[in-house]
Amino acid sequence: MTVLATVDWHVVWQRIFHPDHVFARALWTTVYIAVLAQVLGVILGLIAALCRMSRLLPLRLLSGFYVLIFRGTPVIVQIFFMYYGANLLFGFTLIPNSVSFGLFRLSGAVIAGILALGINEGAYMREIIRAGIDSIDKGQMEAARSLGMTHRLAMRRIVLPQAARVIVPPLGNEFNNMLKTTSLLFFIGVYEIFGDADVHYSTTFQPVEYFLAVAFWYLVLTTAWTAIQAQIERRLAVSERGDVVGFWGRVTEAWQPLGAWARGAR
Amino acid sequence: MSESSLAAERRPNVPEAMTDTDLVLHAEDVHKRFGRLEVLRGVSLDVRRAEVVCIIGPSGSGKSTFLRCINHLEKIDGGRIEVNGHLIGYRERNGKLVEDSERSIARQRAEIGLVFQRFNLFPHKTALENVIEAPIRVRRVREADARQQGEALLDRVGLADKRDVYPGKLSGGQQQRVAIARALAMNPALMLFDEPTSALDPETIGEVLDVMKGLAVDFRTTMIVVTHEMGFAREVGDRVVMMDDGRIIEEGTPEHFFHNPIEDRTRQFLSKILA
Repeated sequence: MTVLATVDWHVVWQRIFHPDHVFARALWTTVYIAVLAQVLGVILGLIAALCRMSRLLPLRLLSGFYVLIFRGTPVIVQIFFMYYGANLLFGFTLIPNSVSFGLFRLSGAVIAGILALGINEGAYMREIIRAGIDSIDKGQMEAARSLGMTHRLAMRRIVLPQAARVIVPPLGNEFNNMLKTTSLLFFIGVYEIFGDADVHYSTTFQPVEYFLAVAFWYLVLTTAWTAIQAQIERRLAVSERGDVVGFWGRVTEAWQPLGAWARGAR
Repeated sequence: MSESSLAAERRPNVPEAMTDTDLVLHAEDVHKRFGRLEVLRGVSLDVRRAEVVCIIGPSGSGKSTFLRCINHLEKIDGGRIEVNGHLIGYRERNGKLVEDSERSIARQRAEIGLVFQRFNLFPHKTALENVIEAPIRVRRVREADARQQGEALLDRVGLADKRDVYPGKLSGGQQQRVAIARALAMNPALMLFDEPTSALDPETIGEVLDVMKGLAVDFRTTMIVVTHEMGFAREVGDRVVMMDDGRIIEEGTPEHFFHNPIEDRTRQFLSKILA
């Protein structure tokens, strides 16, 4: 109890229930970086997956090389490389100091972060998307082509929509990871929620309070995502028989230890 | 210049075969290898408009492969296949055959309906959506028109009430009937059936065969059917073709096959499937 007594619970309470503007901005930064990086990852993963299945050897090799490099090296190294090294390596400004889209402004660090996380994610998404496409019966492609569809049209209308159902659950896991991995961007100076916690910690020397509070916020993000994911999966599962896990089913599943405890108590 | 020669001049691309006869399929000395295995060793077959040809033969004899070659799902290694006088999958350049572009192969496939043993309906689309997908996406038919035609086709195969049902909820026989409607939606010049009843429960085979009979009798559809249903062959088949080991070994009317098949191999095979 003496250990707990040293925790200033008021601070934890404040950080959770009365976050300031700076924190709100940091939270928004975390979310949009994660979303943009994941979108980039899915796009790159899809391209890489299609390249892998291409008839052209150079494309297959390129796809393999991509996965080899980005899955084989630490993401923090890739982030640092992108931020500090990319401009020097390519000899032109790949990562500008800042970019503005009207009211929306992205700093160079944020851009480097989104690119690094997205490119890294693409390597993992390639495998997930390829597995999804492979899981679809070859007869589907044949049936589509026998009706006069080109390979591309059959992919888009017949194979990928079915593969999506297989891809979404692991994609959800990837995004869950992505929400948390954005914390690494603090090391190149992106002010997201982990950064916000660290800044407060280094001025107050109250690690427990601030890191506990930020952990709570990560939990909020991942739990919210779990619920959204359940909705997406449910929509995709429309034509399938039974075993549709509903919105609340998924939320409680995410809190399974608690759920098990609740059931035990009943 | 006379009237008729003018007309001929306006359509210079119509090949001679088409003008004289109504040959729908002309296959000539077709060869196909899978690695070192020679699956087709020179298959030749002509099918005329409104003809129903049944292909029988033991498994591994190349019947399904031959069917898949007709719409170029399999590339052929030798010979030539023409549908409605158009070379399938290849174009002739300086007397040599060069594989066609994907787009023109796709266009040719749209003229040839294929019904699979395992139906291969699109599970994420309803029965009607299965039927109208290709007319809308490939033929660019307006959705309202496609729906109307699609509903008529589903009605023709006796499944008008299953319009909005997903394939997962349909029986095998119903799925196969939707698959037939889906193939018919492209108005194919030739319908290919690859063992359409082999994956079905015995009690649903009849409903699929009835639909096929209706196509043959009422709509005079040109069909090539790989099947072991000799009853169907006898009732609606104009010709039966027996394949063995990558070759056509015997060809004749259904009656010929029932009463006096010549080849020993044919007799042996028939005694097994008719037993």
